[in-house]
Amino acid sequence: MSLTAIGLGFIVIGAGLGIGLIGKGAMEAMGRQPEVLPKIQTAMIIGAALIEGVALFAIVLAWLVDK
Amino acid sequence: MVKSFRILLVSVFIWVSGTILFAEEHEGKAAEEQQFDALGMIMHHISDSHFWHVIAFEKKDGSVFEISIPLPVILIYDGSIHLFLSSAFHHGKSVVQKGNHFFKLHHDKIYVTDAAGELTFSEDGTPENIKPLDFSITKNVASMWMSVLIIFALFVSSARKYKGKPSAPSGIQSFVEPLILFVRDDIVIEQIGEEKADRFMPFLLTVFFFVWINNLIGLIPFFPGGSNVSGNIAFTFTLALFAFILINVNGTKTYWKDIFATPGVPGMVRIILIPIEVVGIFTKPFALMIRLFANITAGHIVILSLTSLVFILKTVYVSPVSMSLTLFMFLLELLVGLLQAYIFTLLSALFIGMAVHNEEH
Amino acid sequence: MNLLSPDPGLVFWTGLTFIILLYVLSKYAWRPILHAIRVREHTIKYALAAAERSQQEAESMEKLKKKTLAEAALERDRLIAEARDLKSTIIDDAKKSAQKEADKIIESTRQMLKKEKDDVLKQMKEQVAILSVDIAGKLLEQELKTTVKQKELINKYLEEMSFN
Repeated sequence: MSLTAIGLGFIVIGAGLGIGLIGKGAMEAMGRQPEVLPKIQTAMIIGAALIEGVALFAIVLAWLVDK
Repeated sequence: MVKSFRILLVSVFIWVSGTILFAEEHEGKAAEEQQFDALGMIMHHISDSHFWHVIAFEKKDGSVFEISIPLPVILIYDGSIHLFLSSAFHHGKSVVQKGNHFFKLHHDKIYVTDAAGELTFSEDGTPENIKPLDFSITKNVASMWMSVLIIFALFVSSARKYKGKPSAPSGIQSFVEPLILFVRDDIVIEQIGEEKADRFMPFLLTVFFFVWINNLIGLIPFFPGGSNVSGNIAFTFTLALFAFILINVNGTKTYWKDIFATPGVPGMVRIILIPIEVVGIFTKPFALMIRLFANITAGHIVILSLTSLVFILKTVYVSPVSMSLTLFMFLLELLVGLLQAYIFTLLSALFIGMAVHNEEH
Repeated sequence: MNLLSPDPGLVFWTGLTFIILLYVLSKYAWRPILHAIRVREHTIKYALAAAERSQQEAESMEKLKKKTLAEAALERDRLIAEARDLKSTIIDDAKKSAQKEADKIIESTRQMLKKEKDDVLKQMKEQVAILSVDIAGKLLEQELKTTVKQKELINKYLEEMSFN
């Protein structure tokens, strides 16, 4: 259980870093080119969702392995 | 479920009245009770049920007063269909006899037992008895049908207003139309492209509003809301399955060529790539399924955990913290409910757009 | 955990519900709404285009009007200038011809006067000659009564009578 919890922590750290980087990039791009803001937003959400998907896979696997 | 509602009621009451004297009286009572099982309560809340609880509280003499709507149970076992109301189980206390078969409810699952209702448990505490195929109208199904009624009321009535000459939107139209236009322009047309968008518009619009309305219903903390439909894996599985079918049925030659004969890749690498690509066909909708399930369920778990904080820590002084955090989470979940509906639709549209893409690239 | 295993009953009901929802909404909501929105968008686009066109038309009409007005003004100015020119030429001509006429009249008058003067002079000369002859005759008559005196007198007069 504790090992799974640590693993889950790592997953969250990784996903958080990834989504944070996406957010950073998107913010900078928005600041640079406000005219393509909607496109950047969509791309940002898709990227974040894909990272989230990977993180959720890992969480589900951790859950299954733990069981 | 009984407990969860009692807990909810008591905490809201404490928070509203805010008098320490009153609260201490209840705290003293709570301390006398057995250890509060937060995980059990939360798990109970987020899973499906054969009853639709309205309200329940403990009377002064210790008996429990409860209102809950019994739901129809439909079982398929041994080649025949058995139909009865879930109230026949008496919350798992009674065994229901149908023909030669006996059914017993245990932790919201129905098992086939003998006349005495004996359950044999395995080592980890789950019953080993046979489960009949359960097609019951459970709380989630009933709640889903309520959402369907709401959606019908919203859209079929506003569709009626569109008849006749083109005019500026009024009344319910001005609520519905921006949402429809948002889905149409910013999700479907942008991801799939103008010429092929029309074919997938009904599916994606339906998915968006079905998921969103169910997310919102799940956030209503009292009857008839509070179910966890869109956070149920069966619900997200079904929607993801439809998306999966739609993606692959409409896949163009380019789409399949990209999977089985990726252009510009040498033969040896292709052998490694094909399994990855084939797995990718399944991981896309799988990710859709897990994402919606995890986000909505996690939201429910967090809200319930924050609400249970008073009972876990056994102090009333934490209730302002617990309640303000719960309120904050509710607001956040309102946003997440919309965002997840958006993301589910957006990613479905993205995958469909990738599948129907025709050009060489 | 059974949270992760989909319940077949719920899958069945969700699928059925979703298919019904999809069918009913497509037929009674999405199709009419999307159609109406598209029709409205086309109407608005068309109306905008029509407005644009009519505005352009009005603008071109305005331009045409302005152009015509400007042309008319130009024409008017030209006509006025022409008239002015014509007037001055006419006046000049009239002046010139009047001058000429006047000159002619003056000239003829002068010549007439000269002729008259000449005639008068001629007549005067004749008259003077006649008178002189008469006077001379009378003097001669008187003087000839005394010869010497007559002679003197004739001489004196003759001396005096030198014309021109």
